[in-house]
Amino acid sequence: MSPWQFLADLTNPDLAFLPKALTIAVLSAIMCGVVGCYVVLRGMAFIGDAVAHAVFPGLAIAFLFSGSLVLGGTIAGIVTALLVTVFAQNRRLKEDSVIGIFFVAAFALGIVIISRAPGYAGSLQQFLFGSITGIPDRDLYVVGGTTIAVLLTVFLLHKEFVAVTLDREMARALGLRVFWLDLMLYVLVTLAVVMAVQTIGNILVLALLVTPAATARLLTDRLPAMMALAPAIGAGCALIGLYLSWSWDLPVGGTIVLTLTGAFLLAHLLAPRHGLVARLAT
Amino acid sequence: MTAALQMTGVAADLGGRPVLRDVDLRLDAGEFTALLGPNGAGKTTLMRAALGLVPLRGGTVSTGSAGYVPQRHEFTWDFPASVQDAVLSGLVRRIGLFRRPKVAHWQSVWAALDQVKLGDLRKRPVGELSGGQRQRVLVARALVLEPSVLLLDEPFTGLDMPAQETLTDLFTEIARERAVLMATHDLTAAAYTCDRLILLNRTVIAAGPPADLKDPEIWMRTFDVGPGSHLLKALDLVGA
Repeated sequence: MSPWQFLADLTNPDLAFLPKALTIAVLSAIMCGVVGCYVVLRGMAFIGDAVAHAVFPGLAIAFLFSGSLVLGGTIAGIVTALLVTVFAQNRRLKEDSVIGIFFVAAFALGIVIISRAPGYAGSLQQFLFGSITGIPDRDLYVVGGTTIAVLLTVFLLHKEFVAVTLDREMARALGLRVFWLDLMLYVLVTLAVVMAVQTIGNILVLALLVTPAATARLLTDRLPAMMALAPAIGAGCALIGLYLSWSWDLPVGGTIVLTLTGAFLLAHLLAPRHGLVARLAT
Repeated sequence: MTAALQMTGVAADLGGRPVLRDVDLRLDAGEFTALLGPNGAGKTTLMRAALGLVPLRGGTVSTGSAGYVPQRHEFTWDFPASVQDAVLSGLVRRIGLFRRPKVAHWQSVWAALDQVKLGDLRKRPVGELSGGQRQRVLVARALVLEPSVLLLDEPFTGLDMPAQETLTDLFTEIARERAVLMATHDLTAAAYTCDRLILLNRTVIAAGPPADLKDPEIWMRTFDVGPGSHLLKALDLVGA
């Protein structure tokens, strides 16, 4: 299918779900790209994965009671983030163990809950791997509002997040509330993930969080540039991925993730100064 | 004159285990003091207590303001930040929540970088610096707050001699107007360059100018070594 045909389909009123899916995929890619920069730089990819799985019981409950999936996922994600932050303060247990316990538990809870729903296999697949149909109009406003809120928070707390990432001890010595900043960051990750879960799916959403930011890191040594590049890469790949999936009737989440992976490999090969080609040439 | 840092009867625990007991010390501006003691003597805990990072079990700490230079590995060196960004992070509280740095903040960053002689490298990514340069970035980050006392936690670890000497000159220069306390395992260099030594093992065993600490017994007690230890010979406390 040519890009023009895709454009025509996007504006076709019979296919109203398509522009909705595109908007949500692009907005959540922007959010995940920006927040993902901290995730990559702090080495908390595992936390991103945990949050992505942890929203599942919330989605399941919301699905069972026909409530808002976005709201249900957000609550479940934030509760898990809170549990991880609190339990991780106990220095006898490393953070990754705590995360390993809670996210699998949350995911297991989600499976048990959703098994109570009639015809659950189909909805399960939709949650796990994403879908571009069945997105209510209301979600567009929720995702749009959340995008603004997440980006504004990142902008306002940027130098605090940087200070904590650079040196936790020093941040503490300077009197920053490290606990609250950590929690705030987890909440931001949760929000970005929940917004993306609908289209990308629960299991694949981690790619939206980590891959664009990691790709941007390969391309620049400056944080502001990285935080501009990552959402641009994420949004671009979401657009291309959706186009490819629509053209060839491929699953949308998987196609977007593979597009992102392609961009990452390309950057790895061609990045200025640190890329494989640049290194071989010198 | 008020002390740059004064500790009176300080006691502190780490994970329920007593680390410091009855620590009394006073540091004044113009003094370069070395904090000496074996591993586990409580050197880092003493500095963290001075910064208010560990709760005190007893005693009091009073300081105008303390600047901290942690061990180099505490810092995320692969972060995409320039040298001046890293130093600016020391000002994060002073700039204030939701605010951006102003010209005056950048000027104090550049002044601190000039003082540690990194003015030319201020735009370089921190990941591309040598070990000695990294240490100087951390010193500048502490200096940017104009602290009355500078606390250096083993600044020489993993550095070669030229880097160590550059840093020693820098610390001596800083100590002209501030108090500097340096935890170190390099006993001979400390005895040679510092104005005062504090021998610590859970508590202050002895303190004073190097020339006043010639009694081998206090060194043996601090480091838990016998009279035949080469440590005493290296410090020229017993006949070789």
